[in-house]
Amino acid sequence: MSGKGTHVAGFPDLSDLPAARRTHWGRWLAAGIIVFLILLLARAFAGGQIEWPYVARFLTVPVILDGIRNTVIMAVLAMALGIAIGVAIAVMRLSPNPVLKSVAAGYTWLFRGTPLILQLLLWFNLALVFPVIGIPGLWSARAVDVMTPFLSALLGLGINQGAYTSEVIRAGILSVDSGQFEAAQSIGMGRLMTLWRIVLPQAMRVVLPPLGNEFIGMVKATSLASVIQYPEVLHNAENIYYANSRVIELLIVAGLWYLLVVSVLTPLQMLLERHFARGIAKVRR
Amino acid sequence: MSGPLVAIRDVRKRFGSFEALKGVSLDVPRGEVLCLIGASGSGKTTLLRCVNQLTEVDAGGIWLDGELLGSRIDGGRLHRLSESQIARQRRRTGMVFQRFNLFAHMTALQNIVEGPVQVLRRPPGEATAEASELLRRVGLADKAASYPAELSGGQQQRVAIARALAMKPELMLFDEPTSALDPELVGEVLAVMRELAASGMTMIVVTHELGFAREVADRVVYMDGGTIVEQGAPADILAHPREPRTQAFLSAVIRR
Repeated sequence: MSGKGTHVAGFPDLSDLPAARRTHWGRWLAAGIIVFLILLLARAFAGGQIEWPYVARFLTVPVILDGIRNTVIMAVLAMALGIAIGVAIAVMRLSPNPVLKSVAAGYTWLFRGTPLILQLLLWFNLALVFPVIGIPGLWSARAVDVMTPFLSALLGLGINQGAYTSEVIRAGILSVDSGQFEAAQSIGMGRLMTLWRIVLPQAMRVVLPPLGNEFIGMVKATSLASVIQYPEVLHNAENIYYANSRVIELLIVAGLWYLLVVSVLTPLQMLLERHFARGIAKVRR
Repeated sequence: MSGPLVAIRDVRKRFGSFEALKGVSLDVPRGEVLCLIGASGSGKTTLLRCVNQLTEVDAGGIWLDGELLGSRIDGGRLHRLSESQIARQRRRTGMVFQRFNLFAHMTALQNIVEGPVQVLRRPPGEATAEASELLRRVGLADKAASYPAELSGGQQQRVAIARALAMKPELMLFDEPTSALDPELVGEVLAVMRELAASGMTMIVVTHELGFAREVADRVVYMDGGTIVEQGAPADILAHPREPRTQAFLSAVIRR
């Protein structure tokens, strides 16, 4: 083999030549234009009719902090409900039982086919349809007392999310090799144990990126619950600007909080993805 | 129990217009190593999958140790068993697949422990100790913590055999266990199967490894077009086939 310094006659020796740095003129130009545009935009906002001290002051007032806490609580609970329903619906959809299959398809059709805000209003106004709800002979209550803004928002957001999540989970299940089902059957596993122990853990790898997407969507969708008086961050920001008329300042406050929550979620998703890629990531490195 | 461990009677199966099994009958006594040979499409894999109920028979019946598989006779009618009853019947047979099918998200050891702990509800400590012993038996004691993707095909297949053995099956089914392997890895898998046959395990092996069949099998069955064409001791069938179809198949395989 030819070592360092030796070279084939007629060809220059490449081993001692340093690599020249490439200059990416196009990238420098594009970055320059973007920075210039951002500066223009910043100048416009700085000189616009925004009282930035108000933004700073209201960013951490108790009402706003309560609001963002309610937003996060609702997003987490509704997403948990959505995933639970989504797994159940996806499993029913893939079941050989035609009744379960149709129920699952009907569920997806109904809750994916109507606007979320309409569903929230329906849950909140359930008392107009059923003044009293309960189990005959066991328990009953006035619907207005039961369907609080919290419960209406949870049901509305969670049940709607379940319809979308079921399709994500179904895609994940279908992505798992059929040999995995057969191997599980061959050691005597039933259908549900096969799904729970073998198929779903492997489906998670495929499911997580779109599910992270759905969760970020959910954080923002909780703002729709402001129409049914659920005290999440946008609702509370609105209440403040009804009183002090600082509309834009308070909308910016709410916007900053949404951005912060979503920014925290992204690295969390990466950790989860790493966990469920075990057995595969190691080899790809 | 004096009858055969496996009794197959007039089993038929069709996939759409393709008739995969045209009435196959076969007895496998306890302790026998039976090799099923034949061209692809001859029905040998379908027959094997019917024994493990991964494929449902259209007609005829398969009995394991006197118990009818997949159905129950009651009041002169056949009643299909429930999913969980079928799962219970499957525990008595182990299956080894052409493409290994190890659980990709579990280590070699976890693959083996899964069945005993989750299905048989055995204590994890005991099951883990037995699994380690099985890994040692297939020569992979040092690979307990490896994921399937980190193992060679031959190693994966040996883990798959250990996984099936962990359920303490009475019958082991092998579906072309070496067909997906690089040639240099075939030997290590056959060595494990040879050792298993020597231990007295009843085995039905679908294979193209005529050398293995000649050396290990008690009986060789040649299938073609969904029927059994010829069967007998390996020395007779492989060296002196009587049927022209068997002769044609063997000469084609050996020339390759």
